[in-house]
Amino acid sequence: MTVPLLAVSHLNAVVGRAGNAPVLRDVSLTIARGEVHGLVGESGAGKSTIAKAILGILPHGIRITGGSIALEGEDLLTFDAVTLRQKLGPAVSLIPQDPQTALNPGRRIEAQLTDGLRLWKGMSAKDAHARALQLLEEVQMREPARVMRSFPHELSGGMRQRVLIAAAFALEPKLVIADEPTTALDVTVQKQILRLIRSMQERHGTGVVFVTHDLGVVAQICDRATLLYMGKVMEQGNVSDLLNKPRHAYTKALMEACPRYDQPGRGLAPVPEEVFAACRAEIAAFDQAGAGHG
Amino acid sequence: MIASVLVKRAGMAIVTLFGVAVVVFLLLRVAPGDPIAMMIGAGASASDIADLRARYGLDQPLLVQFGIWLAGVLRGDFGVSISLRRDVLELLAERLPATLELAGLACTFAVVIGGAVAVLGTLLRRRKGEAVLDGVNGLLLAVPDFVWALAFVLLLGVLWPVLPLSGRMDPSVGVPFVTRFYLTESVLTGRFVIAGDIIAHMVMPVLALALPLAAVIARILKDGLSEAMVQDYVLLARVKGMSELRLVVGEALRNAVGPTLALTGVQFTFLIGGTVIVERIFAFPGIGSMAIDAVINRDLPLIQGLVLVFGALFILVNLAVDLAVVALNPRLRHG
Repeated sequence: MTVPLLAVSHLNAVVGRAGNAPVLRDVSLTIARGEVHGLVGESGAGKSTIAKAILGILPHGIRITGGSIALEGEDLLTFDAVTLRQKLGPAVSLIPQDPQTALNPGRRIEAQLTDGLRLWKGMSAKDAHARALQLLEEVQMREPARVMRSFPHELSGGMRQRVLIAAAFALEPKLVIADEPTTALDVTVQKQILRLIRSMQERHGTGVVFVTHDLGVVAQICDRATLLYMGKVMEQGNVSDLLNKPRHAYTKALMEACPRYDQPGRGLAPVPEEVFAACRAEIAAFDQAGAGHG
Repeated sequence: MIASVLVKRAGMAIVTLFGVAVVVFLLLRVAPGDPIAMMIGAGASASDIADLRARYGLDQPLLVQFGIWLAGVLRGDFGVSISLRRDVLELLAERLPATLELAGLACTFAVVIGGAVAVLGTLLRRRKGEAVLDGVNGLLLAVPDFVWALAFVLLLGVLWPVLPLSGRMDPSVGVPFVTRFYLTESVLTGRFVIAGDIIAHMVMPVLALALPLAAVIARILKDGLSEAMVQDYVLLARVKGMSELRLVVGEALRNAVGPTLALTGVQFTFLIGGTVIVERIFAFPGIGSMAIDAVINRDLPLIQGLVLVFGALFILVNLAVDLAVVALNPRLRHG
C-alpha cells in the first residue's frame, strides 16, 4: 500500500486549562496526492482545528492529547518547532479565510509573493520577480506588473484572494490548506475563486484540504469529504456518495438545510432537534467509552 | 500629499511660536523678580536703577516692550542678555549645538535600546524571560533622568572613577573647531582620539537621558508588536516557514512602529526638558544649563530666546515624526 500524502489518525485534542473539554475526538482521515478533501461542519465542529493542527499553528490553549499527523509517512507531531518549520514551509501552504487581513498592509505584493521563493528555493531577486509575475498571470490577475508594485489596500478583496492563491501555490507545495477561502468574498467572486483553486490544484497535482461549512462548495470542488460534528467524524467518503446516498442522519439533515440551485422553489428545512440530540448522544456514548478505557 | 502637509504644518508652527512668544513674554513680566535688581549692588541709587531700566527698555509699557522685542526677533535680533551682556542669538548659536548633539545621541540610544528590548520581549513572549524583562523595564520606567544622572556620578565618577565627570571635553585639548558640533565635526574629520574624549564625556548624560525614554519606547513598541503578532498576515508568514525573528522584525515591526514613533516625538519634549537638569549636573555647556542661569538671573531676553528655541525644536521634531509616520504607512502615503 502506498503511503498517503497526509494521514491523520486517531487525533484527539482538548481545550482549556483543565484540559477536559475535547475539541477533536479520535479524528482519522487520509488525503491522496492530488485529492481535494472537504472538511465540513458547523462552527465549532473542529474543522479549523484540524487544519491548524496540520499546519502546526494551533492556538495556545488547544492541546493534542493523542494520535498522529503524518505527511508522506513522517509524523509531524514528533518534530520540534524549527524542524517542523523547515518541513512544512516549502511543502504545505495556506489559503486563508479573510483576504483583507492576510496580507501585510506595510509590504508590497511583490515582497509578499517572493519571500517564500527566496527563502526556500534560494532564488535571486530577479528570478523570484519573474516567477511571481508568472504566478499572477496564472491566477488570471489583470495588470500583474502593476499589482506587483501595489500595496494590499490598493487591491479589491477578490484580487487579494488571487494574490494569496498565487502565494499558496508559489513553492509547488504538496498540500494546500484552504481555510474557508471564499467565506469573506462576494457571491459572484466566490465561484471564480473556487474554479481558480480547482484549476490550480489540477495543474499542479496538489492535495487540498478544503475547510468549509457549505455543502454546495463541497459538491462543486471536493473529491472526498469528512463531515464533522463536535470534533467527531460523522461521515466520510466520496462526495458523490456522501451527497447522493448519505448514511448518517446528520448528513441527510444538513442536505435538507442547504439551498439547491438545481431545485428552485424547494424550501429549506432546519436541522431537526432530534438529529442534534442523536448526534449529542452518539458523542456522549463515545466519551463514555473513552473514559471507560482510561 | 507631503508638500501640502508641510505647508499646513509650517503655518501652524508660526502660529504656535507666536503663542509661545506671547505667553513667555507675559509670564516673565507678571512673575516676581527684577533683572535690574539682580545685576547691580545693594547700594545703587534710584537714578542708576532708572537709567538701567531705560537702557533695557523696561520703563516702557508692556505692549510697547513686546512690540520692540517681536520686531527684533523677526529681524533676527533677539536682544542682549542682561546678565552676560552679550547678543542672545550669539549665545544660543554657541550653546545649541552641544545640546543638539546630546539630545540627538540620547534619542538614538533610546530608540536602539528600547527597540531591542521590545523585539526581545516579543520573541520571549509566554516564556519566563518575558516577565523578567517586563519587570526590569517597569523599574526603568519609574526612575527619572536626574536620578540616573546622580547615580552615574556616584558610581562611575566617584566610587569607580572611569569617566570624566563634567564638561564637554578635556579642557587641555586645544584643537580648533570650525563648527560648534564638536562630536560630529571630530568624527567627520577623522579626529577619533578627540571624538573618543568627547564621547567619554557624553556617556553618563546620554545614558541618564536615554534610559527613561528607552523604557517608554520598549513598553509601547512591545504592545504594538504583540498586537501585530496575532494578525493573520503574521500567521500566514509563519506558515510560509519564516523564523520567529523574521516574523517580528520583517512582518510585525513595520506595522507597529507608527504609534511608537508618534509617542517618541512627544517624549522628545521631556528629553529636552531633561537636558536642563542633566546638563547642570554634568556641567555640560548646552542651552539647558544656560537656561538655569538665565532664570536665576531673571535674564528676560535670554529666557525668551531660549524658550523660543525650545518651542521651535519641539515643533520641528514633531513635524519630522509626523512625516516619518506618513512615509512608513503606505495607506497614508497614498492619501
